[in-house]
Amino acid sequence: MNKVTTVKEAVQRLKSGDTVLIGGFLQSGAPETILQGVLNYSDAKDLTIVSNDTGTSEMTTIKIMQQGRVKKVIASYIGANPVTGQMLMDNPESVELSPQGTLAERIRCGGAGIAAFYTPVGVGTIVEKGKEKRTFNGVDYLLETNIRGNIAFIKATIADKEGNCFLKGSTKNFNAIMARAADYVVVEAEQIVEVGELDHELVTIPGLFIDAIVQSEGQNG
Amino acid sequence: MDKKEFIAKRAAQELKHGDVVNLGIGLPTMVANHVPKGIKVLLQSENGLIGVGATAEPGKENPYITNAGGGYITVIPGASFFHSADSFGIIRGGHVDVTILGALQVDKKGNLANWMVPNKKVPGMGGAMDLVVGAKRVIIAMEHTAKGSHKILEECTFPLTAVEVVDMIITDMGVIEVTDKGLELIEIAPGVTVEEVQAATGCELIISDNLKVINVA
Repeated sequence: MNKVTTVKEAVQRLKSGDTVLIGGFLQSGAPETILQGVLNYSDAKDLTIVSNDTGTSEMTTIKIMQQGRVKKVIASYIGANPVTGQMLMDNPESVELSPQGTLAERIRCGGAGIAAFYTPVGVGTIVEKGKEKRTFNGVDYLLETNIRGNIAFIKATIADKEGNCFLKGSTKNFNAIMARAADYVVVEAEQIVEVGELDHELVTIPGLFIDAIVQSEGQNG
Repeated sequence: MDKKEFIAKRAAQELKHGDVVNLGIGLPTMVANHVPKGIKVLLQSENGLIGVGATAEPGKENPYITNAGGGYITVIPGASFFHSADSFGIIRGGHVDVTILGALQVDKKGNLANWMVPNKKVPGMGGAMDLVVGAKRVIIAMEHTAKGSHKILEECTFPLTAVEVVDMIITDMGVIEVTDKGLELIEIAPGVTVEEVQAATGCELIISDNLKVINVA
């Protein structure tokens, strides 16, 4: 099935109240073309954004936030996005900080049918607030629950028309795990090729996880 | 010698051949420049690679190779890339031998505070909590005081990054080991007295019977 579509079409799947997984690690592998589409062609609001870092001041997530369309953020590092920082100061409940590895594992579990897991990270810190603590072999662990998105926006270096994706270098980051953890997954690819042209030995994300493919117009990486 | 360079050089002496190492941003990153000759370590970057090389030269940045600070870097032969869940599986799973990080505060039990100052804008913990819990050895490399105010304390007052995780503290004044009995000063910087180190420290130090002078020549 050819999953290639336009950015305008793809972002129509975003609905008010959705939880949106946004791939990338700062500028690396950020799906900026899709986010620009959200800015231009979607008026969905009351969004919950799940992102490692919500990007930087120069990127597009912050612009969507400035439109007042984001009610909650789940992230591990927000030091490069002053709007997220301000949200946390104004309303601490609106920003959930999750240790980076815990965040990654919560998303991985969301895509893999695991409801929750025990991790030693965060024990004895403010992260443990409200969470079940349990001891295994003398070590304390916290129960962390999974994260799933209604929709995920990710970036790939190459995608074939059925959605098999290759993600080069360090752009795999959160993109490769978020692709597996949402009901509808939109990938922007720097290069879109015919099925069979992407060496199947090099597939980072199998096409079954991908619902829509759009041409990335941003810079590489 | 610059204070930070001095600390980085001493910290580099802690690395062993074949170690998988994660270096924090800032001073700890400088440790990479001082790895002793003949010792090869694999540097991990938590955004998803192992085998970090030098910073990319201006004009030669590869957009597909960045570090956890978003900076453009190079990789060494034998490097590999992976996604964030794998990256933190490596970290949390005990596959990182050493992490070297900065700190706001460390206390005598090895508790660490390095991600948040109360009543200031909160940047988030990033991967710091995972790293210090997961790495086999946690070394703090930092200036001994913050412009004279104590950073090594009886008990941390800032929100913790993790509990009882620090193994060693390396500063411009000395090298301190975290032991069951408290903090033990095992090396001292040239030209510094034990009394000066104690005065710059917010808890009582145990002075090693075998106290050495730091040698970074």
